[in-house]
Amino acid sequence: MCGLCGCGPDSDHIHSKHDHHTSGGHDVVRIERDILAKNDRYAEDNRELFQKRGVLTVNLVSSPGSGKTTLLVRTATEMKRLFPLAVIEGDQQTSIDAERIRAIGVPTIQLNTGRGCHLDAHMVGHAIEELELKEDSVLFIENVGNLVCPANFDLGEAEKIAILSVTEGDDKPLKYPDIFAAAGTLVLSKIDLLAHIDFDVERCIENARALNPRIEVLQLSARTGEGIDRWIDKLAADARQSAQLRLCHA
Amino acid sequence: MHELTIATALVEQVCDHAKRRNASSVASIRIRLGALSAISKALYFCFPAAARGTSCENATLHIEEVPLTVMCTHCESVKTPAALFNFRCPDCGRPTPKVLTGREMQLVSIELVPPDALVAVNGLSSDVDTTSSIQGL
Repeated sequence: MCGLCGCGPDSDHIHSKHDHHTSGGHDVVRIERDILAKNDRYAEDNRELFQKRGVLTVNLVSSPGSGKTTLLVRTATEMKRLFPLAVIEGDQQTSIDAERIRAIGVPTIQLNTGRGCHLDAHMVGHAIEELELKEDSVLFIENVGNLVCPANFDLGEAEKIAILSVTEGDDKPLKYPDIFAAAGTLVLSKIDLLAHIDFDVERCIENARALNPRIEVLQLSARTGEGIDRWIDKLAADARQSAQLRLCHA
Repeated sequence: MHELTIATALVEQVCDHAKRRNASSVASIRIRLGALSAISKALYFCFPAAARGTSCENATLHIEEVPLTVMCTHCESVKTPAALFNFRCPDCGRPTPKVLTGREMQLVSIELVPPDALVAVNGLSSDVDTTSSIQGL
């Protein structure tokens, strides 16, 4: 149920404090509220629903071509034995990615943002209504390939995970700092290509930690399977924790 | 595109306030942007496009920039890093992930034109055709 866009009840609840004065016959109203407050309210609604159902939601962010969908196909193939899974695919156009995920039997909603450059919490809220998320499941949100805008938009996820393929260069965190500062985990993908390119793993991690000292770093290759076990272990541990939290809240 | 999304969110929020207060239009909007907020002054260019056809159409946008400050737990004081996203204390060099200011993206205040001022405002701007006065598109 969307309580904010007019397609459901509870259409408005403003929490801001107002104070007024007048200036030249005009009424000056103090508001002090986040510009993206509306998105953040949708995000909180999504987060509440995830917590209530024990769903671990991760928001995968990267530039186009980092191998997000390939990694997701591999991850879902291995994890579907462990947890019920669902996927929200964000792209400007086409349902090519959603079809790749559906082919392995995981419920997937494709969101096309058209001219938009990122997913927002409202779109995700409607997608999760359609997905009918199972209890103690894992929801992967594959954001639109973009290293700038998704940093600002909370979708209600437990964690943003930045995926950086080694072909993109070890200075990427410095060039697009917002997303790496907002992410909880950095996944270095396509490490099977390291032998062929000048990518300094240590320098890349150092660059990411300069922005975000607490960022967790994983290295993997979805093609060869190297590092996939640690990645699945991390997601599985987080999913179990989300499931336990549901019991605590119940 | 990103700035247009932010501008649209801003205009929607301001229009809601204006409508609730029965204002005839919005004269000005004051916002606060942190140095890390990831939106640039391009917002100035997107704002007229987002405001077109709304009560914000003729509003002036004021942007107040907030510098980045962090808390260094080692030095126990507020510091300004040497560069944006360089989350290290400029004095002791230790990581300072605790950002105090610089992430803001807030609507601070709005200046509303009350309904009874409609005639006066129209009188002042009678030489302006509102449908063709939008610039920067």
